Amino acid sequence: MREIKAAAVAEAVAALCIEANAHLPADVEAALHAARAAEPWPLAKHTLGLLEKNLEMARACSLPICQDTGMAVVFAELGQEVHIDGDFEAAVNEGVRRGYGEGYLRKSIVVDPLRRGNTGDNTPAALHLRLVPGDRLKLTVAPKGFGSENMSRLAMLRPADGVEGVERFVLETVRLAGSNPCPPMVLGVGIGGSFDGVALLAKQALLRPLNEPNPDEYYAALEKKLLAEVNELGVGPQGFGGKTTALGLAIETAPTHVAGLPVAVNVSCHATRRASAEL
Amino acid sequence: MEHRLTTPCTREALAALRAGDTVLLSGVVYTARDAAHKRMMECLDKGEALPFPLEGSAVYYVGPTPEQPGRVIGAAGPTTSGRMDPYSPRLIALGQRVMIGKGARDKAVKEALKKEGAVYLAALGGAGALMAACVKELEVIAWEDLGCEAVRRLVVEDMPLTVVLDPVGGDLYESGPAAYLAGC
Repeated sequence: MREIKAAAVAEAVAALCIEANAHLPADVEAALHAARAAEPWPLAKHTLGLLEKNLEMARACSLPICQDTGMAVVFAELGQEVHIDGDFEAAVNEGVRRGYGEGYLRKSIVVDPLRRGNTGDNTPAALHLRLVPGDRLKLTVAPKGFGSENMSRLAMLRPADGVEGVERFVLETVRLAGSNPCPPMVLGVGIGGSFDGVALLAKQALLRPLNEPNPDEYYAALEKKLLAEVNELGVGPQGFGGKTTALGLAIETAPTHVAGLPVAVNVSCHATRRASAEL
Repeated sequence: MEHRLTTPCTREALAALRAGDTVLLSGVVYTARDAAHKRMMECLDKGEALPFPLEGSAVYYVGPTPEQPGRVIGAAGPTTSGRMDPYSPRLIALGQRVMIGKGARDKAVKEALKKEGAVYLAALGGAGALMAACVKELEVIAWEDLGCEAVRRLVVEDMPLTVVLDPVGGDLYESGPAAYLAGC
């Protein structure tokens, strides 16, 4: 049994919150550069250039890329041969509290959905914990802004709707989102599982680097086709029109019930952020 | 076409703006988002004074990150404006002239803008560091308990904005994508 102290978990989460909000992952930044190079519409090309400039300024001034430093979505893969010395969930929240405090990040969480009231320290995190073989702990912090989160959708399609139904739903979601989620977007698509599970699949799809297609060729081809269709809608960067409506689209799937075809689209923005560490 | 504007803005100063034009805005801009708008409505209902004069005012829908020592403001890009749709027509009728945010507005807001000769301008969504650079002064003037949603008085210089909704009913979110699709 390998022991990891709760304090080490808190320290790692705090550092990841700060890192994730300061820099875009290399794959997202590369996708932004490639999109600008390939963008034929002048205003759209100009706008993508400004988004690149924003990344440079964030680096130069040590400012977050975006003021919506998000809800701290934390994915933990805990090796089953690890013993956590202390309260794991409390340690994750302590990390969020410290990271958002020390990093001058925005506190965007309200304590109650209807009665509101800011918690003041951006806790609690949205924690997804999975038990895996081994003696390591992998932590990923993916701060999620709600301009894009609010445009996400879920549908329980009929099996007869098939892949065409999924495509229609994805395109309809992007069309409805329009200028709201700070396009160019990144789209996480979940297909299958259950009502609760499909939303998590869509969120997990946002963790996959944009240059890594689905390992299943069928879904890799579907990702490519759907992304091309999304980029024919004309929404463009910031919704001002153009080719670049989305920088990437990833699909995650799971077995589902004979009677169902759940699909979820988790909409993210050009500032799709994530940072990982292993303890 | 590029325009230079200084707040407070008169109806006449905004009359030439058209969807798709760019604006460099200077002067005083007030920040307010969801919670502050809700409280402003409560003030109006009770006949109490608002935290800032509405006549000719510019409002920026933003909740910045906390300022680091030695800096005027943290990251400060726009939030989604549609959430302010239920409140905006009342404020426009009372003299608010410039709204700054990102994302689509509803029909009632568009009608109010046309009627009063006001405009809705887009800041660059998700570009918090870039937008912060044009903010020269910041002062929290009301409802500090709202944290990032407190009302701030900003002094901005050459804030780079794009006209989305103009005083004659133009909408860049419709005309921009349509022009691209027609032209490609």
